[in-house]
Amino acid sequence: MLNYIKLIALGLITLFAMIAASYARDLAYQVHAILIMAVSAGLFLWTLRQTDEPVPAAVLEASYMDDVVRYGVVATAFWGVIGFLAGTFIAFQLAFPGLNFDWAQGYMNFGRLRPLHTSAVIFAFGGNALIATSFYIVQRTSAARLWGGNLAWFVFWGYNLFIVLAATGYVLGGTQSKEYAEPEWYVDLWLTIVWLAYLAVFLGTIIKRKEPHIYVANWFFLSFIVTVAMLHVFNNLSIPVSIFGSKSVQVFAGVQDAMVQWWYGHNAVGFFLTAGFLGMMYYFIPKQAERPVFSYKLSIIHFWALIFLYIWAGPHHLHYTALPDWASTLGMVFSIVLWMPSWGGMINGLMTLSGAWDKLRTDPVIRMMVISLGFYGMSTFEGPMMSIRAVNSLSHYTDWTIGHVHSGALGWNGMITFGALYFLVPKLWNKQRLYSLSMVSWHFWLATIGIILYAASMWVTGIMEGLMWREVDANGFLVNSFADTVSAKFPMYVVRGLGGVMYVAGALIMCYNLWMTATRGPAKDTAASPAAVAAE
Amino acid sequence: METYSFLREFADSWMLLVLFCFFVAVILWVIRPGSNTTHRDTAGIPFRNEDKPAASKEARP
Repeated sequence: MLNYIKLIALGLITLFAMIAASYARDLAYQVHAILIMAVSAGLFLWTLRQTDEPVPAAVLEASYMDDVVRYGVVATAFWGVIGFLAGTFIAFQLAFPGLNFDWAQGYMNFGRLRPLHTSAVIFAFGGNALIATSFYIVQRTSAARLWGGNLAWFVFWGYNLFIVLAATGYVLGGTQSKEYAEPEWYVDLWLTIVWLAYLAVFLGTIIKRKEPHIYVANWFFLSFIVTVAMLHVFNNLSIPVSIFGSKSVQVFAGVQDAMVQWWYGHNAVGFFLTAGFLGMMYYFIPKQAERPVFSYKLSIIHFWALIFLYIWAGPHHLHYTALPDWASTLGMVFSIVLWMPSWGGMINGLMTLSGAWDKLRTDPVIRMMVISLGFYGMSTFEGPMMSIRAVNSLSHYTDWTIGHVHSGALGWNGMITFGALYFLVPKLWNKQRLYSLSMVSWHFWLATIGIILYAASMWVTGIMEGLMWREVDANGFLVNSFADTVSAKFPMYVVRGLGGVMYVAGALIMCYNLWMTATRGPAKDTAASPAAVAAE
Repeated sequence: METYSFLREFADSWMLLVLFCFFVAVILWVIRPGSNTTHRDTAGIPFRNEDKPAASKEARP
């Protein structure tokens, strides 16, 4: 019966997408309509072939749903490489403007590719990592199979469809110009549906858990899912100009719009890139170190302090703007207070290794997780410092900000994700161990040195740029023109690009290593776990 | 009083107090006597049920 409803819905969507493709007012919308038409027509045929077939009666309550996690791991590695490549390319576009090719003008110039890079790394790489790891962790820590059956598949494929729509939209010009929230109205609506399904799967699994308590990692994941839903809906309140076009108009205007945007923007950092990834940290570090988290009490206080404070920190993006002073002071104060829970969490993760520090010498995977905490600590000190108004007057609009973001994103998010992938692949494909540990070491050092080149060059160029902008002569005239700062930044741009090349190289080594682990790695003793199945 | 001023005044007085009290209560709750056993048990969750779901609530190893 359900299949008949699905068929009707998919048929109607296909029909509407056909109409929309022919009435489309702009290219991005037209391409998306054709894409949606193809996807829903394909799903229609697929559902049709399954309708009225005998349904296997056995419900697989005796095993974990790991297929979707395996797909998530592959998607994470794939999108990671795409995102890093895009970032490295646009880094060289800034150093060598000739790379903004004439033949690709309007499609592949820096302005179009930059959101492609940020969304690819944050939402495609980070998002798939979060979905995959949260599905893995919530099942193990609840001792229950994922709730909702195939809903988890809908979340995975739906989320990746969102990414494809977002990425093609950026290149073709369908964006609403809100940083980290560029996709247009219909893509936003689609993400809302997918996200609510994600919430349902996650919460449903927690509700039917067999453990009496909810492990702290699940608290972090849950706050990430709930808060991102709230942020996404409010920041994307807009009215489409036409149902057949991608253009929409924001509901908020002026400083209210700016405040909502940075309330969203900073909490995307706080809840997507911090709370969610802390969920990973609280599971994978204890697992890899083979000892429970240092202090469970501290982890609870860490959780509540972090979510109570982060939500207020947004206004520090709007110092010296039309935003009232009290609001920007509030944002600044909360950002500084936030330093404490951040470091509390870092210390909790690091101290989990107490008594097992020798593992740092022998296990490159745990080294990766530990350095991710190191970068987490560094960027959560740098961030509060940069949110102070006086420091911000120098750092804002300069490349120091970009350096700060990347030490957090490449160092903390990237490294903890790599660590999680190295942990997950042998488990998910039922292998004894990774294919090569020395490749992990290579990845570790390439990525670390790459980040250091990136961060150091951006500190130098950011502070230089900030000082050049504010330099005035004896008569009070500005000394430097904007173009002077651009030419002075050239060497640092090249160093930054090289750092990116090293980071990409490390990620490619990881992909090869993981591929070889999954396909050629020595299988685990099958007598011990006969239920395991090889994937793909 | 206009909405803005009212909400602003409410936010930095009563709401602030409520949130602050909630946070203090969380800390007191975390360090309550007898929580050690619970926390030790909860911290051990990742090391159970690695390969398959638990059969029932009682069947914990």
